Amino acid sequence: MFSLSVPLGKFVRRVSRLRGGGSALPGLVVEKIDPGFMQRTLSTLPHGVAVVSGTNGKTTTTKMVVELLESQGLKVFTNRTGSNFTRGVAAALIGDVDWRGRLEADIAVLELDEAHAVHFVNRVPPRYSLLLNVLRDQLDRFGEIDKTAQLLQHIASKTTGTVVLNREDPRVARIAGTLQGPEVLYFGLDDSLLGTFPSDDELRAGPGSPVPAVPQRPQADVVLRRVGADDADFEYDGVTVTTGMKLRGVYNIFNAAAALALARSICGSGAATADHGTLLKALSEVAPAFGRGESLTVDGLPLDLVLVKNPSGFRLGLKSFPSGGYATMIAINDNYADGRDMSWLWDVDFDSLRADGVDQVSGSRAYDMALRLQYDEVQIGAVDTDIPAALADFIRKGKGKPKRVFCTYTAMLAIRRELSKITTVEVVS
Amino acid sequence: MTPESTAGTTASKGTIRVLQLYPREMNIYGDWGNALVLQQRLKWHGYTPELLEYNVGDEFPEGVDIILGGGGQDSGQLVIQDDLQSRSSLLKGMAEEGTPMLLICGLYQLFGRFFKTRSGPVIPGIGVLDVETHGTDERLIGNVKVTTAEFGEVLGYENHSGQTTLGPGVEPLGTVAKGTGNNSSDGQEGARYRNIVASYLHGSLLPKNPAIADFLIRTAVERKYGTFTPGEADDRFAVLAREHAARRPR
Ligand SMILES: [Zn+2]
Repeated sequence: MFSLSVPLGKFVRRVSRLRGGGSALPGLVVEKIDPGFMQRTLSTLPHGVAVVSGTNGKTTTTKMVVELLESQGLKVFTNRTGSNFTRGVAAALIGDVDWRGRLEADIAVLELDEAHAVHFVNRVPPRYSLLLNVLRDQLDRFGEIDKTAQLLQHIASKTTGTVVLNREDPRVARIAGTLQGPEVLYFGLDDSLLGTFPSDDELRAGPGSPVPAVPQRPQADVVLRRVGADDADFEYDGVTVTTGMKLRGVYNIFNAAAALALARSICGSGAATADHGTLLKALSEVAPAFGRGESLTVDGLPLDLVLVKNPSGFRLGLKSFPSGGYATMIAINDNYADGRDMSWLWDVDFDSLRADGVDQVSGSRAYDMALRLQYDEVQIGAVDTDIPAALADFIRKGKGKPKRVFCTYTAMLAIRRELSKITTVEVVS
Repeated sequence: MTPESTAGTTASKGTIRVLQLYPREMNIYGDWGNALVLQQRLKWHGYTPELLEYNVGDEFPEGVDIILGGGGQDSGQLVIQDDLQSRSSLLKGMAEEGTPMLLICGLYQLFGRFFKTRSGPVIPGIGVLDVETHGTDERLIGNVKVTTAEFGEVLGYENHSGQTTLGPGVEPLGTVAKGTGNNSSDGQEGARYRNIVASYLHGSLLPKNPAIADFLIRTAVERKYGTFTPGEADDRFAVLAREHAARRPR
């Protein structure tokens, strides 16, 4: 079927590219003149659509799934994160389809924000869904955590093939019991690692109070058994394999187990059957997605940016990146994209920073952060709400030391922008 | 129930027992910060804090001087409901005797007469506070600034869909200067009754509002030891955090 929307959309895309415009306009045009375009195009893919959703780690996990599938020879269509999900996907599709509207890909792997989930899956039921976690994040957007769980449940209920669930997140694992149609697979953690992922429900089980017994858990398709300095053990098909990892942080590596479970499910059920050697090699080479925690070089020494946006993420960040020997800065903004509510800072323990202190605190809520540190008896070098000034001071005083900056999303953007001005920024990973 | 005592560095002026109610279910949006602030400020004032927890099915501890209650998911409120009812006369008695209490969001609602949910069922409260709450479709979310006679300007963050109206038996905590507060009609926030401060504000409430923290501490100490002599509290960051928070958008 020939439709005018594709040539027109491509034309708009070229024009807006030439004018240096964003990607949403062509998507908007196509949506307006041909509302069925996205649905129709995605429905022609031989392996269908896979969506990745959850509070933490969507972007990096989506990237991992794409790279794992590509290592198996599949041609993958994926979306870049953007403002409007549906429009962004439509815009990306316009770029990738041929002039007759055909998408030359085997599968689409899409990062699906919870906010757009219902609208999208009602129009395009996914064949696969991977649901990572439900954490306290941006509660000012979704109201409350149980509401977020319902959004993920809705994605699962619309999935036609396989739903891959986090066995260790009670709100996600619970979704299995509500499903009738799709096959359910899990990814999980070794018992020894459970403690490094305290659930939000156990935030405040005080010392000495009984540890809730680990209930009988279902068999997981992929289990993360061990995390080393630069490698990890995964168990699947009854065998434990060790693989090098470029990714850092336990939570990223747990998401690698999630990506592995989804990729195995997709490859196993299609024409190609997963080749373990190439799959693991691809896994070992995955680097974090842009802006999700990266290592830069400043004055010949590493400067790590660690994105923190909710209590679990901050606690995992502190645990994964011990402060010894590092100069530490924390930058907390409360712009819309960061979340306006500062309550979450009080659900993070900063005891681990007590020994070395925090050299610099910045961001629009620098004083909320400083107050939080004061109550955990952590020494503070300086506080300055102005990020450029604070960063310059931090780099000057921290000469000769590797550096680490824990920052919210918009603070991270400001810091990258600033770093590219004051020094040559060389992205390491 | 878990005692977690911290010995004072110099000679302690006495021990104050702070009880967190249902921290397992009702601990959302940083309400732990309130417990931490009381614990540290008690130390700054020269007293020995003893932090206790009461969860569903626990034995209720003796000699509690301050009670703290937080907010929770709707599901959390259902879990604690029966247990809370079984403790209602005990808690009522403590409130009437003047035990200082801080009740935030979910437990503010459940210390009232009832919570009528949007879908119909009525969750009975324990009637310590003469207030009633009605669930709505609208979620009231954002930064809040409240003007109070007793504690000056009170700053925090609200996130609730239940709307509370006060009966004649309680006073409001204050008048809303930014945000919504108890409900979307009368411009009031929180409730005051005897030594109870009840509020919708998270943030957490006490770190940026040390006047309320010190009210709870002073009241508890005076009830137990007769007089309260404050120590040195370093509130420089609290003052600056308040200034900056007050200027942030809703
Ligand atoms: Zn609340």
